[in-house]
Amino acid sequence: MENQTLSRRNFLKSSAVTGTVFSLGFYWPNDAKSAKIIQATEADNFGVEMNSWVHIDTSGKVTIFDHRAEMGQGSYQAVPQIVAEELEVNLSEINVVFAPGDSKKYGNQVTGGSSTVRGSYKNLLKLSATAREMLIQAAATQWGVPKMECYAEGGHVMHKPSGKRKHYGELVEAASKLVAPKDVVLKKRSDYKLIGKPLRRLDTPLKTNGTAVFGLDKHIPGMLYAAVERNPRLRGKVKSFDDTGARKIVGVKNVFKVKMGVFNTYREGVAVVADSTWAAIQGKKALKVEWDDSGFEHLDTEEIYKRQAEALQTQEGLLFKTQGEPSEIIAKAAKKIDVIYETPYQYHAAMEPLNCIAHYQDDKLEIWGPIQAPEWVQDYISKEMSIPREKVIVNMTFLGGGFGRKAFMDYPHEAAVISKEIKAPVQVVWTREDDATQGPFRPGITYRCEGVISNGEIDAFKVRMAGQNNDHWRGGKKDVANRSTSEGFLKPYMDSIKNLAIMDVPFETPIPTMWWRSVYASTNGFAYESFLDELALEAGKDPLDFRRAYLKEERLQKLIDKIQEVSGWKDRKKGDGYGVAITECFASTVAQVVKVSRAPAGGVKIDKVWAVMDCGWYVNPDTIKAQIEGSVVMALGAATIHQVKFKDGMAVDNNFSTYQMPRITDIPPIEIYIMDNDADAGGVGEPGLPPFAPALTNAVFDLTGKRIRTLPFSLQAV
Amino acid sequence: MAKIILNINSKKYPLEADPQMPLLWAIRDLAGLKGTKYGCGVAQCGACVVHLDGEAVRSCVTKVSRAVGKKVVTIEGLSETNSHPVQKAWQDIDVPQCGYCHSGQIMSAAVLLREKPDPTDQDIDDAMAGNICRCGTYLRIRKAIHMAAEVQKKAVKG
Ligand code: FES
Ligand code: FES
Repeated sequence: MENQTLSRRNFLKSSAVTGTVFSLGFYWPNDAKSAKIIQATEADNFGVEMNSWVHIDTSGKVTIFDHRAEMGQGSYQAVPQIVAEELEVNLSEINVVFAPGDSKKYGNQVTGGSSTVRGSYKNLLKLSATAREMLIQAAATQWGVPKMECYAEGGHVMHKPSGKRKHYGELVEAASKLVAPKDVVLKKRSDYKLIGKPLRRLDTPLKTNGTAVFGLDKHIPGMLYAAVERNPRLRGKVKSFDDTGARKIVGVKNVFKVKMGVFNTYREGVAVVADSTWAAIQGKKALKVEWDDSGFEHLDTEEIYKRQAEALQTQEGLLFKTQGEPSEIIAKAAKKIDVIYETPYQYHAAMEPLNCIAHYQDDKLEIWGPIQAPEWVQDYISKEMSIPREKVIVNMTFLGGGFGRKAFMDYPHEAAVISKEIKAPVQVVWTREDDATQGPFRPGITYRCEGVISNGEIDAFKVRMAGQNNDHWRGGKKDVANRSTSEGFLKPYMDSIKNLAIMDVPFETPIPTMWWRSVYASTNGFAYESFLDELALEAGKDPLDFRRAYLKEERLQKLIDKIQEVSGWKDRKKGDGYGVAITECFASTVAQVVKVSRAPAGGVKIDKVWAVMDCGWYVNPDTIKAQIEGSVVMALGAATIHQVKFKDGMAVDNNFSTYQMPRITDIPPIEIYIMDNDADAGGVGEPGLPPFAPALTNAVFDLTGKRIRTLPFSLQAV
Repeated sequence: MAKIILNINSKKYPLEADPQMPLLWAIRDLAGLKGTKYGCGVAQCGACVVHLDGEAVRSCVTKVSRAVGKKVVTIEGLSETNSHPVQKAWQDIDVPQCGYCHSGQIMSAAVLLREKPDPTDQDIDDAMAGNICRCGTYLRIRKAIHMAAEVQKKAVKG
């Protein structure tokens, strides 16, 4: 395995030296939903360059362009595992190269929405099977035997009757001259040799000896380093600055004002360019900057939540979905439940702080970095800096975590602006303090949930959220409800609860917000799944039975059976400290049960977590388990340890000393099960997160009778 | 600026550095060894852990001058062939996700296993609580350390 990123130019160079290659790629017409498979010879007709996806050279070596970022979620493993299956090659013969940003060739490359596998597996399977059939055809023709007597295995084509075999490398030239068949037969799931198996990840060895190249590790000849002091109030301008101290630091070469775009607004800062990261950071510390943030309100956390609570008492909000007459029933009810849930702002805190290398020269820009959304970076910078799109080359490295933050264009844009100014390649390094305080953050949201129970059933269900809408940053309409108002909430509830309303009460602050792992499901899930628990209690029903009655779909019934069985749900006694939650996220459903008990030293401790994932068709069960383990840990931090607090318009905690993280001492055992079915593939990287917080607080209620409605809460203080 | 010589992974690196510069940046930017990571810069996350004369130190808060005349071992030098028992156990159960924290995790675990060849869960908590993993690979870290201990024991018995 090589670990590398190749620019298109370099790839052309290197493919030129390898001579004949058999390449099959995708062509993504702008207006098409799915890709067409094309060969190198056809590429001209479509006006696209080849060199995408799968190449086989004359030595039989297979090169795959991984079109998605690898940030821990396993695309580096999943994509090859899919290709190797239908192509009939050994995983060890596959070389993975991160595809440079180019949506014309690779389709949507934004690694977000847990979409790597679910968005492309059908195309990948078909492409690989097509290549395999062409190689078989080439061999059959050379041998003068019927194709149906031949099959492929381990990078060879075999002729069954005679036992003859040919290595793929020998067939590359002939195969590349064939016309790709239109319809190929894909393998049945039961015949898979690789897909569905817990194969070891291809990138692990690179990550145990320091050879994996993350953005921060990339080095370009002649590269300088920059650190930027940005407005601590997240928006606004530099009024003036004094760089006397900064320029005294040995190694500092240049100090100047920079402006970077954050979607449709700008943020200013002062850049210090130096010959080492350390000198740049020292220079930044020595700066004295006066900021102009007139027009931006300096908010505190308390004020934000006060206003959200007010809005929820005084405004009805924008309608997301309604049916029946929930408001009328609630107004007339003798008894109703009317509760408020609060969820905090959160910081992504990827272990690799933001960073990006840019090299601007001769009206061309090349970028290297830990980037989740290369094509957005291309689009945005091309527009902002008036560089033709094809002259913005974005190369991806490994990402030391992303969680949504690295699907943003601000940090590459800023690096590009700095490189243009100094006319040299530069790596802009964000210190942890920059990374922790500058946002964008997950929005903190308050929910008001009202409900009426009669005869043990939900008679009315009305939920309203008041929190920032991430879409507004990107120019989203302000007079329509947040499209994610119900994210996380299982869709069948929206049919089976007869009187229901889901509303969004518009709420704005100057704080930049954006998606954070599992996006709104991470906050909605807490409110809606806690509320269902409160309704179950009011109805006098078992919380799992109560949910089951509204979730009639067979897949969901099976999921509920499974979580009930593995967690021993039916054997528990009331007050034993068990809680359950089920949420949907990016086309996958996850049920979790959490068990808590009294901690000897006071407070509550988590004894165990059970998780059942239904993500339909899947590639690697061990990757899925790892993603759920990680999601639970991340959810644990957000539910019980940390939140972004604001004071005077600034984020308060700026490093892990005060923005505490879950550590090895905090982690309970997690038992994970994956449902097997033939449904379409769902997401894997995020859906494990949303059910944890409500399952935990529901468990705390079961144990203690105390209902937690505000996150984060301290386990020790319960 | 001062001329210094660092001994990293048994190789001599003549460098010109501000003696106040943290060892982390000297290793990364001056010696060009990028396996050791920057995570926080304030001794909170453990991403930067290296061995200084066999001791696990956080290179982000260790002045480069302190490393002069000592042996520095980074993740690149832990073993020649990615085969230290800790590395092997990490590979066996696919501990890393994004992988960014694992240079530090592995360097911390290697010292733990040298000091306590048969660590209890409590020993692991004590030795590893200084290493943050945002991807949440902690359960696998614990499992892999126990596994590495077994591998190491067998190797000793021969
Ligand atoms: S970078 Fe040294 S402990 Fe975090
Ligand atoms: S594996 Fe990503 S931070 Fe540990």
